[in-house]
Amino acid sequence: MTDTAVTTTGSAAAPTGTGSMGTRVIGLAALVGAVFLVLLGLVWSPEDITQRELVRIMYVHVPSATIAYLCCFLTTIGSVMFLWKRSVWWDTVAYAAAEIGAVFMALACVTGAIWARPTWGTFWVWDDARLVTSAMLFLLLVGYLALRKVPGDPDVRAKRSAWLGLLLVPNVILVRQSVEWWRTLHQKATIQPTQLGAEMDGLMLFSLFCGFVVGTLVFAWLVIHRFRVAWLEREADESMLADAIAERRAEAIDSGTGGDPFGPRTGEAFG
Amino acid sequence: MLRDALLIAGRDLRVEWRSRVATNQVAPLALVIVMLFAFALDPARGILARAAPGLFWVAVVLCALLIVQRAATVESGDGVRDALRLTALSPAGMFLGKVLAIGAELLALEALLLVGVIVLYNAAPSTEGWPLVVATAALATACIAAAGTLYGVLASGLRVRDTLLPLLLLPVLAPVLIGATRAFEAAFAGVPADGWLWLGLLGVFALVYIVIGALAYGPLLEET
Amino acid sequence: METVIHLRGAVALLGRFPALAGVDLDVAAGEIVLVRGPNGAGKTTLLRALAGLVPFTAGDATVLGHDLRRDRVRHRPRVGLLSFHGGLYDELTVADNVWFWTRAAGADQADAEAAMAVLGLDGRLAGVDVAKLSSGQRRRVALAVLLARRPELWLLDEPHAGLDNDARDLLDGLVREAATAGATVLVASHELERAGALAARQVVVSGGIVRDEETPGAA
Repeated sequence: MTDTAVTTTGSAAAPTGTGSMGTRVIGLAALVGAVFLVLLGLVWSPEDITQRELVRIMYVHVPSATIAYLCCFLTTIGSVMFLWKRSVWWDTVAYAAAEIGAVFMALACVTGAIWARPTWGTFWVWDDARLVTSAMLFLLLVGYLALRKVPGDPDVRAKRSAWLGLLLVPNVILVRQSVEWWRTLHQKATIQPTQLGAEMDGLMLFSLFCGFVVGTLVFAWLVIHRFRVAWLEREADESMLADAIAERRAEAIDSGTGGDPFGPRTGEAFG
Repeated sequence: MLRDALLIAGRDLRVEWRSRVATNQVAPLALVIVMLFAFALDPARGILARAAPGLFWVAVVLCALLIVQRAATVESGDGVRDALRLTALSPAGMFLGKVLAIGAELLALEALLLVGVIVLYNAAPSTEGWPLVVATAALATACIAAAGTLYGVLASGLRVRDTLLPLLLLPVLAPVLIGATRAFEAAFAGVPADGWLWLGLLGVFALVYIVIGALAYGPLLEET
Repeated sequence: METVIHLRGAVALLGRFPALAGVDLDVAAGEIVLVRGPNGAGKTTLLRALAGLVPFTAGDATVLGHDLRRDRVRHRPRVGLLSFHGGLYDELTVADNVWFWTRAAGADQADAEAAMAVLGLDGRLAGVDVAKLSSGQRRRVALAVLLARRPELWLLDEPHAGLDNDARDLLDGLVREAATAGATVLVASHELERAGALAARQVVVSGGIVRDEETPGAA
């Protein structure tokens, strides 16, 4: 029975794609925006007085970090709403947001390190609470996704994940607070992270703004698609259920009523 | 609820007392960890004494992981989970009971580790730092026990529990590690006034996890 | 006669597997019902679902006056489930186990002691770790726990397995006594002769559904 269940999954999900008019528009806009951002960020905008060419990485770095935090909030909101409404929709939102959030956070950490090496002379500093918090958030998201990937009953997994997702934002706040106090109270920060925005001219600010717009479009496109894939997986699962019940009942008719045929059967452990 | 909590705590400690896993395995391991830090960090240059507060809490967190896993194993016996669900115990009481039992074991372990650090690392709290040490240990223990119990039940019943639990629990304990270590540093350095601030953070952490844990324990126990 | 169990088209899933695929069953107070069926038919799931441990996801399900589709927690203290696994703490002694589970169910010390005496666990065995017991002895401990809880609904999963003849007679006596006192008993068993003599009614579980069997005229 489990075997047939597995084979029907593919065929049930096959006919429906995850694209729609909306996502095609978003995807196209993101693509055009990305080209525009590359030209704007790498060619048209001037270099920074202090950071010189390095400022250009900010147009990707800052939006990705912001979007990653947004995803984290979305995961917690989705988890809380799932626990409240018990709707699969919110569970799927939490899942999709966590996965996309982990991607953006990884991107933010890598671009941050590339930027930090020539600027601060090191890939990593412990004096910036944002940096340490981001790394911890990435690890928390990885933990959440690890729990989600454990095979098992989707309903059970949804409930477990929801409690873990609910704790995501409180955990980030606690980490952030502790790291900030730690670095400001006991040691003078040796390197002052450059404040963005203060010394930026108009075109640079516009580039950063474009970075946010493009980042948000990419985020929306990814989340919607990820959501739809997860949703279809779930639906494929559900559609098997009616067949499974019918098949289960047919066993009764086949086996008849008399006696106890101790035929080999799989599925359930003990009678 | 309190009656339920005491019943569960009493049972957990009784299981622990009879099986001696904490005394025969976790406590010696704590001392092994203390020794390993000394090998990794050159004791001659005074690094050990300076890092003692942090090493102490890292050792506590690592041992706490084992105690939490052990506490989860006790509940994972055949049919025990079903039997617990069929009782009239309140889930919040069960949660608090497990927190109490884990907390009691952790406090005993911390006392042992403190002796180890004082003797082996030549680092001790200053006289006026002792109240801070005791208060920090109490609050940090509540944090670790509450978070450990919650994540323990969250990962329970999964075949991958033993590998998943550290990944989920250890990053979450980072603020406790930071806070408790800073408070201990202040107590060891003889400036306890610097350390009391951190107790606020530990208090908030403990409160968050006790409240959410008490709410989540029932629904999480229900999942088969 | 008061209806203790009322199921109509009740479905219960194990993961995505419909272990119960639309069960109809009515059991009145004081009845002893033998639940038969091949391995994997859904007998254990039926008992666990009646105890509220597995949710019914479709159909009607009322047990001891509680709608299990809405609330499958509140009736639990009134149910005694003797499961295939003991549900005992290996590290604790027999007496500690009976005492803990009795207290946890809200009954008191006297109930625990009385139940242990009935099952012959008050002597040397009381101080022995459960881990050191044979499977038959563990069964007795689990039965003592069930007895001390004084449940209104007894759900016995293969209760005779692993017991010696004396213990089987003892068990059957306890079941009859409980039923006479008004408790309802479901016995899932392959030991058709013994369990059949105990039960006035038999039902067959097969393919996740339940059918009534002609009563072979028993106790």
